[in-house]
Amino acid sequence: MAIFNLKVNGEKLQVDVDGSTPILWVLRDHFKLLGTKFGCGMAQCGACTIHLDGEAVRSCSLPISVVQDSKINTIEGLSENGDHPVQKAWLDIDVPQCGYCQVGQIMSASALLEKNPNPTDEDIDRAMNGNICRCGTYIRIKEAIKAAAKN
Amino acid sequence: MTKVKTELDRRSFLKISAAASGGILIGFSWFAGCTPDTKNGKFVEVPNEWFEINSYIKIGDTGMVTIYSPNPEIGQNVKTSMPMIVAEELDVDWNHVQVEQAPLNTGIYQNQFAGGSLSIRMGWTALRTAGAAGRFMLLTAAAKEWGVTIDDLLVEKGIIKEKNGSRTIGFGEIASKAVGIEVPKEVKLKDTKDFKLIGTSQRNVDGKKIVTGVPQYGIDFHRDGMKTAVLKHAPAFGMKLKSFNVEEIKALPGVDDAFMVDISSKTPGRFDINSSPQFIAIVGETTWPLLQAKKAIKAKWETISELEDSNMHNKRMEDAIRTGKPNQRREDGNVKAAFKKAVKVIEKTYTAPFMAHNTMEPMNFFANVTADSAEMIGPTQTPQALEGAVAGYLKMPLDKITVNMTRMGGGFGRRLYPTFGVEAAAISKHIGKPVKLLYSREDDMSQGTYRPAYRSTYKAGLDKDNNLIAFSAKGAGVPNGGIYTNRYPAGTVDNYLVEKFAVKTNITTGAWRAPGSHFAAGAEQSFLDEVAELAGKDPIAFRLELFDRAINNPVGKRNDYDAKRYAGVLKMVKEKSNWGKNTPGVHRGVAAYYCHSTYVAEVVDMIIKDGKPIVQKVWCAVDCGILVNPDAAKNMIQGGVIDGIGHAMYSELTFDKGVNQQSNFDTYQLIRHSQAPQDIEVFFVDNGISPTGLGEPGLPPVVGALANALYKATGKRYYHQPFNSTEQG
Repeated sequence: MAIFNLKVNGEKLQVDVDGSTPILWVLRDHFKLLGTKFGCGMAQCGACTIHLDGEAVRSCSLPISVVQDSKINTIEGLSENGDHPVQKAWLDIDVPQCGYCQVGQIMSASALLEKNPNPTDEDIDRAMNGNICRCGTYIRIKEAIKAAAKN
Repeated sequence: MTKVKTELDRRSFLKISAAASGGILIGFSWFAGCTPDTKNGKFVEVPNEWFEINSYIKIGDTGMVTIYSPNPEIGQNVKTSMPMIVAEELDVDWNHVQVEQAPLNTGIYQNQFAGGSLSIRMGWTALRTAGAAGRFMLLTAAAKEWGVTIDDLLVEKGIIKEKNGSRTIGFGEIASKAVGIEVPKEVKLKDTKDFKLIGTSQRNVDGKKIVTGVPQYGIDFHRDGMKTAVLKHAPAFGMKLKSFNVEEIKALPGVDDAFMVDISSKTPGRFDINSSPQFIAIVGETTWPLLQAKKAIKAKWETISELEDSNMHNKRMEDAIRTGKPNQRREDGNVKAAFKKAVKVIEKTYTAPFMAHNTMEPMNFFANVTADSAEMIGPTQTPQALEGAVAGYLKMPLDKITVNMTRMGGGFGRRLYPTFGVEAAAISKHIGKPVKLLYSREDDMSQGTYRPAYRSTYKAGLDKDNNLIAFSAKGAGVPNGGIYTNRYPAGTVDNYLVEKFAVKTNITTGAWRAPGSHFAAGAEQSFLDEVAELAGKDPIAFRLELFDRAINNPVGKRNDYDAKRYAGVLKMVKEKSNWGKNTPGVHRGVAAYYCHSTYVAEVVDMIIKDGKPIVQKVWCAVDCGILVNPDAAKNMIQGGVIDGIGHAMYSELTFDKGVNQQSNFDTYQLIRHSQAPQDIEVFFVDNGISPTGLGEPGLPPVVGALANALYKATGKRYYHQPFNSTEQG
């Protein structure tokens, strides 16, 4: 066990855990930031996607010991009132079915648009391919990303 | 105008009771931040007081309305569409409605389960009656107040008005007086042509919570003092736990306790009886140390029954079809004689592997078991079955057990089976504390209730004029065949035979989105495509020819479909997709299927890109009766199509020595963004018939349409799923 200092959604937070603990479980179990989801535990499904210094990363496979000074952003910190353009587009197009994977999808999509404001279909596929949706909302996700890109 | 009785099964389901302490359900504050955000910027104040009009409806003194959604929400959007049906008959402004998930209450609500695409179909009349009764009671209260009759009044968006006067009163203002009104014995339901809300697209009521990550799934449930548990089942079907290094595990950091649990039952009901009733539980405060401790388990397992493998399954299904005794059979005419007469005969075999459900939210449940009660909270498609299973295990009466449903990160049939709830209850009982049990993905993919493995052999005979004169289909499955005796093409061929065969197994299987139908549709619709080709006929024209026979002069006494509606969706997809118009580079396949009371026909447009077949677009024609929430209905069909393409193309679970060979997404492939079609167009038949299922029927036909498009694109027929990796032939 060791003390780790983290920057999460602009806040400084401290936690005493084993260095191998993935950020996913630090967020969920210790900080009660429950928006980030557990899906596979091996960076295959994308449900746990967060931003690490603006990059979309899979928090289930990111040990706390490697994070150091990097800025962590989760869905809870994506916008003040749930009005990030990507969130708005998701609501406008009514993307979700069960909704469980959607936070991860939104985090991947927002990281993509930050770097590439006008992605092509291929860019979207490449950036989003690590996020599985078992309900099959892929077409609406793509539509929402394009709508968000316009705003 | 339809009149319905408010009493069903001699038990009034509309009870008036004192205002419940609104707002908090199952530990989440549903109410927080729930002030309806109307489009015109008008807000309804949060009520100081709530009045329960009936078990579905609660009205606040400000006019804000709470409607309880009785059924589990697994992504099929019933939490929006069921309350819409109540709101329609209640005549309330949808912008003033907030929705809450009702707990399990078998005394009030009926059929509180999510399965078989039945929620809307079975809830239709009850939901409308609840709304209409509420409206009647509010009107009666207003009429009494003003000294008029209810015929003198009308309602618009939650405001009661005098027809010939100027007085108005809001639902919120009169609600307290409606509580005393007697529940009407009979209520009038609206004519469907008068619907204002039903048939309009309304967004998911939980949309904002979903996109902002508000905790609402079972996995998110938290209560102070609650423990976390993980478990380890036997590594193979056919094995049982003997012992494990319990002291070593208990000594690991972050582990409070570790022990063996046995939930085997002599009267298992709808249990996963073959999966592992003996398991190791590890309990602590947080998840990660427990997942680490799991890796340190050294257990002894004993083999208690056969350790099966996939080759064995294939062989046994083949043998069953060849020499087995069918458990279901239908024969019309004389099939043997007809095949002898046939000028052309074609026979093909289709197979599909086991599949896991893979809800994105792994199985989990919260349990708080005390000496005389059990509180269960979590994701279940069958709260009533879970209640019964927990009661059975704890030997406790049903009324001592409460079940609350959370939103679910997918269901697809997996959460119909309550094992994980019983496991959580057993762990809570053992430690004497509230606990949340969480499966890892590997646990989730290894504990069965899989989609069965299937094998079917189809045979058809044509006469010299290319008429279908003989048809036979023999289907086996582990544990039972994916074939139906009375479905299409039953009724269209004079000499028709269907036989279904079972193969015993110790691997647990169960309902998986459109059980049986997804395989039957793929096999039958691919086969008919090949028969049409042999007959030199267009695939749609050939199918319609068969439907003509079923419409004009059906064969046999029982055929489980309406041939006109079936042909109707096929004609619709033909027209909408411009079938027959060839676009260079686009290869098309068609299929139609009827299941869960809904008719769906689909056309797949395929292109070859970088040498690989890609689904570019899918056209769907759907007859599901009245559409409650059109855009959400479209979403369901689109999802079913993508799910169907994905599983038929990529997914399979194989066995070696009783062990599933795929246990996470590195080896078990689900469809991803880049593999999904660019576009799926959905057209609905407008016929005013009471609504039928939507969660499942979109999936089955696409398996056939996909196989048929693959043939057009590659020149090769696809018989064996998954199409992407399995040797065809």
